[in-house]
This record gives sequence, structure tokens and C-alpha cells, in this order.
Amino acid sequence: MNIVKLSLRQLAARPLHTGLNVLLLSLGIATITLLMLFNAQMQDRLLSTAKGIDLVVGAKGSPLQLILSTVYHADIPPGNIPQKDADKLAKHPLVETAIPLSLGDNLLGHRIVGTTADYPALYGGKLAAGKLWSVSMEATLGANAARDARLKVGDEFASSHGLTAGGHMHDDNKYQVVGIFEPTGTVLDDLVLTDLQSVWDLHEAQTTTNTVFNPADPLAKTKADDDEEDGKPREYTALLIKYKTPLAVLALPRMINANTNMQAASPALESARLLSIVGFGLDAFRAFAVILIVSAALSVFVALYTALKERRFDLAVMRMLGSSRTRLFSAVLLEGLLLAIASAALGLFLGHAVLEWAGRLSLTPGLALTGRWWVPQEAWLALLAIGVGTFAALIPAIQAYRVEIATVLSER
Amino acid sequence: MLLIEQLRHSYDGTTDIAFPDWQLASGAQAVLIGPSGSGKTTLLSLVGGMLKPMHGKLLVAGQDMAALAPSAMDRFRGQTVGLVPQRLHLIASLTVAENLQLAQYLAHLPQNINRVHEVLTRLGLSEYAKRRPHQLSQGQAQRVAIARAVINRPKLLLADEPTASLDDASTEAVIGLLQREAEAVGASLLITSHDMRVKSRFALQLELKKLAGAEVAA
Repeated sequence: MNIVKLSLRQLAARPLHTGLNVLLLSLGIATITLLMLFNAQMQDRLLSTAKGIDLVVGAKGSPLQLILSTVYHADIPPGNIPQKDADKLAKHPLVETAIPLSLGDNLLGHRIVGTTADYPALYGGKLAAGKLWSVSMEATLGANAARDARLKVGDEFASSHGLTAGGHMHDDNKYQVVGIFEPTGTVLDDLVLTDLQSVWDLHEAQTTTNTVFNPADPLAKTKADDDEEDGKPREYTALLIKYKTPLAVLALPRMINANTNMQAASPALESARLLSIVGFGLDAFRAFAVILIVSAALSVFVALYTALKERRFDLAVMRMLGSSRTRLFSAVLLEGLLLAIASAALGLFLGHAVLEWAGRLSLTPGLALTGRWWVPQEAWLALLAIGVGTFAALIPAIQAYRVEIATVLSER
Repeated sequence: MLLIEQLRHSYDGTTDIAFPDWQLASGAQAVLIGPSGSGKTTLLSLVGGMLKPMHGKLLVAGQDMAALAPSAMDRFRGQTVGLVPQRLHLIASLTVAENLQLAQYLAHLPQNINRVHEVLTRLGLSEYAKRRPHQLSQGQAQRVAIARAVINRPKLLLADEPTASLDDASTEAVIGLLQREAEAVGASLLITSHDMRVKSRFALQLELKKLAGAEVAA
């Protein structure tokens, strides 16, 4: 027998109260855990997706829309930019690399991106099978895209027009799968990559172009056949730029926005703006979770307090058996503490489990969630919960401290 | 074992109870009788170290009770006194054996499960060791309360109205049990009662009169 065992027994003697309190407190903790993890993973995802991209150049319009559409592949692009202007910009002395993107079609909702080999390199894409595309109408698929479409190397597929599933099918012109990427945990997994020429070919109804294309050096190649046969200038959707020097941030965006027909937007700035917008919603959730925790604390308090009224005989008998006041005080405080520890453990577990479950079911497309992710704030959350539980037990513990043996024991 | 001199106690400074001077030798057995309201339970609480004496002198096992600090009083109570309260107050969430271990633990004594089983066997309770108090009959529960009072081998065994609401045969049995167990651990025995059947079982008696001092009856 010891004080911990005694407190555990007292809790176990009231399974309904104890269960309800643990449930309430752990739900509050689970909600906050979920929010913290979701927030952390979303931020991490936003930042890692934009890593290596200092500036996006696209058509004029909303900068947030440009970033969402070309970096996160979550919106439609504001328009296209002339290839001629983009290529000129790519050779600017402040630009280290410039990756062209051309959007337009999808495969079962997975975007087909015309680009160069620099793009998968940005996300550390490694081939699980096959090779990178080398000519028009060849495609290399991200892991999720290949899985969803059940395609393997050598298969053919028709794309559908537009950026979401269900558009007009380009049945007459089929892509060939030449490679599949390993899962990277990035936006790459959900994309279908092909060369820029494929997108142009499909949308300019030109079925015969099959020029050999070097993905490693697209600009050299595309420059050669600058103009379509019909004289219409070719276009990119956007150019992803990496600066040569940090100083470029001062000059380049302003130069582009002021002097060209194109728009320059910074992924870092726009994703910060996006987070601040989403942050309002998260704050509301957080307030809700705090209300849950406070009501749980109240419930713990009421449960211990009313239980104490029934248990004053127990406490008096324990004093009769030689227990000091402080020992009773700690026994009751310990009950609150044990409740809080159990709730904190259960709450953290629930938060992680729900997130893992959401990740497995892919409830948030484009954001691969996982429960196997820890943030340091969780330790603080656990401490907070334990503090709340102990605080709720404080007044009952003081009541226990004050029990007068002789008067309670002689009650009839 | 017990020495009472000029002892008085008052609750909230209103009712003042004066107790007669009295002594109880080591190993002796006595009954404390008197009508309700005469201060029997108060005297038992004073002797049991659950109330601090305010006026007069009270020695228990040679210890001046007025001189004990609260924590020393707690320890003294746990180790020197065994009390069987009128309403037995077993801890409902613990088994019979755990109730006895709790008494060892709270008295700051080593927890000895052999001693627990020894006492339970003596009182014919060995098969109930794992039961909860609510699974016991009243008589069994009372024996558990006696077992809890003697487990730490107290110098003084106290019982508050142990025979209230018992029939003749049970009264005989319980008094006999208390006397036997007190002897077994070498404790003095003091019980309170307003029951004439009990009175006849004790040669030593202290009789309290209702709120009007007291007189020594034997």
C-alpha cells in the first residue's frame, strides 16, 4: 500500500466520474494537439514546397493566385506569359536558375506539368522505375498520380483538358508513361511531369511535332523553334526563379513588375499571407479547445469536490489510522494529478492518431498528414494539462487537509 | 497506561465537559458508561489522540498528550492506539487485506503481509482477504475493523459502542473478541457503552453523568 496505489484505487472506485473527466480533458488536449500538428505540418509543407523558389514570374493578376497555382498546384493560374519574354528574363545576371512551367491538362485530377528536369530536382525526385521524359508526349509520374491512375512504365493514358478532373478528353493524342518517381512527401508526388512541347502540341492541335528535346537544357532548345508555324508566340504558365545573390530580392521583382507585362511574386511572402488568413480559423479552433479544457477542469473539480463529501469518512479514518494532514492533502492532489497525466497521455495519443488516420485516408489532398510528427509545444501542452488537473484538485485537497477526525467519526 | 487528572473539554467554548480523575493500569480492561451526551465519545477521542486536550492532564502510555505537536500526535495515534469506530468506516475502494495494510502504511510501520494474514486468520477472516467491505456481513465487517485496530499491536485498544444494535449472543461474542484480541497484543482495552449487558462484563468501569461532572463507579 502506498499513496499512489491508494489514489488509483479511489479513482477506480468511481469509474464513471473518472472516465468522464479523462475523456473531457483528453478531448481538449487532443484538439489542441491536432491543431498544433496540423499547423506545423502545413507550415512545413508550405515552406518545403517553396524551398529553392525565390520568385515566381507569371501573368499579371493576384500574386497569391500565382503562387497557389504554380508552386502549390492548388488554384488555376492567372494566365500565361510569352516564352520570348520569359527566356530573356532567365538570362538575367541576377538569376541563377529559371524553371519554366506549362499547365493546362490533368490526369484524374493530377496536374500535368510541362517543365524541365530541374523541376523534379527541386524536390529531390528520384526515379523508382523507368526514366525522365525526353520527347513530347512522354510522361514521368509522381508516386500518388501513378498509384491513383494505376499506371506503370510503358502504359498510355489520355489527358483531360483543364486542371480538375472531368474535362474534355484529349483522346486522339495519348501520353506514354516512361518513368515513375519514388514518393517524396512533396507536391511532386501528385503531379504528372512531361516536357513543355507536349502541352504546346496538344493545345495547338499539332500532332506531328516530335522533336528531340533535352530536358536538361530546355531553353537552348526552345529558343530554336521560338515561334509556332502559325506565327502565334509560344507561352509558359510561369517561371520559377532562384536568385544568384540575395541582393536580387531588392531589384528583380520591382524590375519585372514595373517594366514588363509579367508579374513577380514571392512564395515566402505569399505563403506567410496565406498562413495568416488560415490562422484566423485555427485561432477559433484553439479557443474552442481551451473552452473544452477549462470545462474539463471544472468537471474534475466538481467530481473531486462531491466525491470528497462522500469520502470524508474515509479521510477521517485515515487520519484516525495515523495519517498526517499533509498526507491526505497530497493523496487528493495526487488524484487530480493522476487524472491529468492519464488525460494528457490519452489526448496526445488521440491527436496523433486522428492525424495519422486523416493522412492515411488522404482527407487533405496536397497535404500528406502524418501522426508520426512531434512538436516541442506538446510538452508544454502536457504540462498545462497536468497543471490544470492539479489546480482543480487544490480546493478539494485543502478540504481534505481540514477534516476534523473526531467530529466526522462521531457523526451518526 | 492511562491517567486523567482535572481533564476538561469544550466545543466552541460553549459546552464544557469535565471528566473525573481516573487511571487505567497497563493491560487492564474497562468500560466507559453513561447516557448519550455525557461525553463518552469526546473522552474516547481525547484518549485516542484525535482531540488535543485543552485543560488538565492526560497521559496515554506515559505520553503527555497535551505536549505532542500535531504531526507527532498523528504518529503516536497510528502506532500506539487502535480504534474501532462505531460506524466501522472501512475504506470501500480497498479489499479487506488492503484495509489492514493501509493501517500499517499510515502508521509509518513496515508493511508486513504475514502479519495481515495472521490477524485475519485469528479473527476467522482469512477467506475474506480479497473481498471488498460491501461484500461482507455486518458482523464480518466489524471483525475487519477490530483486525485493523490491532494490526499494529497498539498499547491501547479503543472501541466506540461496539455492541449497539447487536443481539445478546453477538454482544457476548464481540466483547469476548475484543477482550481476547487486546490480551493477544498486550493492549489495555477501553470501550464505551450505554449497554447494561456490557457493563456486567467489566470489573473496571468509569461512569459519566450527563453534563454534570462525573463520578467514579468502581
